[in-house]
Amino acid sequence: MNKRTRPGINTAQDCRQRQSFASELRTAYRLRWKRRRLLFRALRKRRQLSVVSDRTDQIGSRDLIAASTVRNEIARLPFFLSYYRKLGIDHFLFVDNDSDDGTREFLGKQPDVSLWATPHSYKLSRFGIDWLTWLQIKYAHGHWCLTVDADEFFVYPYHDERPLRELTNWLDANQTRSFGAIMLDMYPKGRLAENAYVPGNDPFETLCWFDADNYTFTYQPVLKNLWIQGGVRARRFFSDDPRRAPTLGKKPLVKWNRRYVYVSSTHSLLPRCLNDVHEETAGEMASGVLLHAKFLDSVVQRSAIEKQRKEHFANSEYYESYYDSVSANPCLWCADSVRYSDWKQLESLGLMSRGQWR
Amino acid sequence: MTDKTGDLGVILLVHTALDRASQVARHWAESGCPVVIHVDKDIAPKKYAGFVKSLSDLDDIRFSRRQRCEWGRWSIVGATQSAAELILQSFPDVRHVYLASGSCLPLRPIQELRSYLAQRPRTDFIESATTEDVPWTVGGLDIERFTLRFPFSWKRQRRLFDGYVRLQRKLRMGRRIPEGIVPHMGSQWWCLTRQTLSAILEDPKRKVYDRYFKRVWIPDESYFQTIVRLYSRDIESRSLTLSKFDYQGRPHIFYDDHLQLLRQSQCFVARKIWRHADLLYEEFLGNRDNPESRVEPDPSKIDRIFAKALECRTRGRTGLYMHSRFPKEGWENGLTSAPYSVFEGFSELFEGFENWLGRTTGARVHGHLFAPEKAEFAGGESVYTGGLCDSAAIRNNNPKALLANLIWNTRGERQAFQYGPDDTPDIRWFMAKDPNAQISVITGAWAVPLFHSNLNFSAIRTIAAERQKSESAFLDVLRSPYAKANVRVWTLAEFIEAPMVHLQTLIDEISPRAMRRLTEAPRMSDLAGFGQFLQNLKNHGMHPYLMGEFPKDDTNVQSGRPSVKPFVVK
Repeated sequence: MNKRTRPGINTAQDCRQRQSFASELRTAYRLRWKRRRLLFRALRKRRQLSVVSDRTDQIGSRDLIAASTVRNEIARLPFFLSYYRKLGIDHFLFVDNDSDDGTREFLGKQPDVSLWATPHSYKLSRFGIDWLTWLQIKYAHGHWCLTVDADEFFVYPYHDERPLRELTNWLDANQTRSFGAIMLDMYPKGRLAENAYVPGNDPFETLCWFDADNYTFTYQPVLKNLWIQGGVRARRFFSDDPRRAPTLGKKPLVKWNRRYVYVSSTHSLLPRCLNDVHEETAGEMASGVLLHAKFLDSVVQRSAIEKQRKEHFANSEYYESYYDSVSANPCLWCADSVRYSDWKQLESLGLMSRGQWR
Repeated sequence: MTDKTGDLGVILLVHTALDRASQVARHWAESGCPVVIHVDKDIAPKKYAGFVKSLSDLDDIRFSRRQRCEWGRWSIVGATQSAAELILQSFPDVRHVYLASGSCLPLRPIQELRSYLAQRPRTDFIESATTEDVPWTVGGLDIERFTLRFPFSWKRQRRLFDGYVRLQRKLRMGRRIPEGIVPHMGSQWWCLTRQTLSAILEDPKRKVYDRYFKRVWIPDESYFQTIVRLYSRDIESRSLTLSKFDYQGRPHIFYDDHLQLLRQSQCFVARKIWRHADLLYEEFLGNRDNPESRVEPDPSKIDRIFAKALECRTRGRTGLYMHSRFPKEGWENGLTSAPYSVFEGFSELFEGFENWLGRTTGARVHGHLFAPEKAEFAGGESVYTGGLCDSAAIRNNNPKALLANLIWNTRGERQAFQYGPDDTPDIRWFMAKDPNAQISVITGAWAVPLFHSNLNFSAIRTIAAERQKSESAFLDVLRSPYAKANVRVWTLAEFIEAPMVHLQTLIDEISPRAMRRLTEAPRMSDLAGFGQFLQNLKNHGMHPYLMGEFPKDDTNVQSGRPSVKPFVVK
């Protein structure tokens, strides 16, 4: 047979060939040290946190915990809190990164929120993860912990009927410790700044459009993780350089252990078995979606500020044109955008799955 | 009430959610059924005392001797036995004994169950099948459940458990099944008559059986199911309790949103119910004064739904790539979700081929989706269904994703696109291995636009050489033994001998139901002088061989010579 005619030559996306045992072992050992290094880093960063209101004594042994780093999110937080309280989150751990819009005062007043504050760099704290890791070590050990940003709203199968605890009970019964979600960038019809958002309202009343299926998946063998890109930001802002497009795969819900650590944002975890939220045979595992309420009207002004702060991407200079494009108040909607209705729609589009949870 | 009460006794095995168990026990007892409850010894004494107290106002409730029960082991059978002895002794009126758990929920009024049983006074409802005949077992242990020994706990000592099974297999160790019994298996939840149950419990060989079953794997699914075969006169081999299992053998849990489904099933009892499913408990335990119904249980709808769930978990949706379904190469169970057509050389040979194809077949016809400049979606759109972007950079970053997404997004509408030697080669293997792809190639047709072009001849020669090399590599892929696509290859010379015949074949395949004769043919490019053009290439040292044989002075290449059968690779 002609040697050119063997498959696999141009199918490099799939590199799940078996590694040799020795190299597997080497990788595992390297990652073990990486995990320890990251934990140690979180340990050092704890000094950057100062407590504003500590209500962690309220945390019961089986409580569901949410953890988040915020900066100037006074507009989104009222809805955020009511959304997650309704899902059944019992306690929130917040780190306030130098807000000046009243976020701190607002969160300090909430009865189920424990709040820490820090003026230090978000980027140098691995986008807030170091701070949260420390809080998770201290307070989330043995709990199901949802790590989300203030603009991410978790949608899982049956989220309108079954509280989050039912999902975690089911995951417990299946001996599953992490739950995957894809981040879905939601945008309005018309220009971004056209619809003024009233704090407390459902942001998805206006941000109700999304790109249904232009997502690409690449397997990362070292972390056993799926690298997901696509969506409206890849389509509109990164069509020339798609590898720079934002990563969309997340593992927001984890049965936390103090030895766990997020590697980059909440995209991947160590130990790497926690990244195993996709099925490698043909079946579907249960999974969810994070509705991303980034493109509210405020994003237009914020982008100009964030461009100056350079706190959001590892190589900020590559993202200047992205910030410029958003600052220009674009219209992201197109004729092929899909209007969001409910989780069943997302499932039938193939963006999430019930797996065997019926 | 039509019958006298107390003819149906209930054994409740309780190990968790005592509040719910107490609620259910009360429901049974208040409907006139004596209840014997076995509470797992793991429950703390204080909690147990509270549980007993919560039911102390009811007369017909007894508590059997507590044992520590572990899943998959003998203790569950032991607990059932002692509870059964107690119920037969304490309540002489009991005719049927129903085995249920604390997380079982009666779906229909108990009275209906009692009259159902009263009409079948000698029937034992117990699922009981021989191991050879059912594919239920999860984990590969079927008849071996009965012929190996299982002294270790599967939950706590998994390694020892597995290791000891392997060891026994290796050493061909086995044990004799006691004489006179044939191993049967089935659901743990049964409903037996007093006659049968007492015969099982008073069997003169019970000690032998008990000793044997103590080392059988999951005896609660086989002890009663096996021995009942010795004594029952009338076995109805099904469980009156609705319970579903997932593909790992764990029971499905019913939630509030299953309310309608459970109601429609008309089953008497269901398990497992989620302990916080307030709505279910409220609905089914509340006093419903519906007229008594005599319909047979019909769980077929629930069966269908859970069969679908199982398929979703094990086989998934064909052609879908997502964050919780990303099959390894070779495990896809279908690379794409629907058939599609790929044409190479057609739009070069025929003018307006894409429009013509769309009109004739009703398919959505794209240009070169993998062209170097951009993805040429139908209608020249820059964003296509699902938000697919025409950017070449995005596409080349992951060509498979573009094609798989396009086919997934447009389910229900046949897609067709052009491909050519200039296009991204990275997609070739994916298409070739995909049984959904219908790939038709006219080799060498790429020379036609060059022939009509206004380029310098040296430039033409370079391009021709590149395209010939590229197409030849594509043909190697299509002819490889790994190729699963439906492939047709003609040389240009072959094709133009009988173009209509070949087009008809393709069209029929795309829309088989139409079966129309082609009335309108696409216009073929003028090929007069093409032979001389090829000769000129040869004279410049570049041998074009993919077109087939063209005579040098071809004034009339479209003559109606007899057609040649298309060369079908697969």
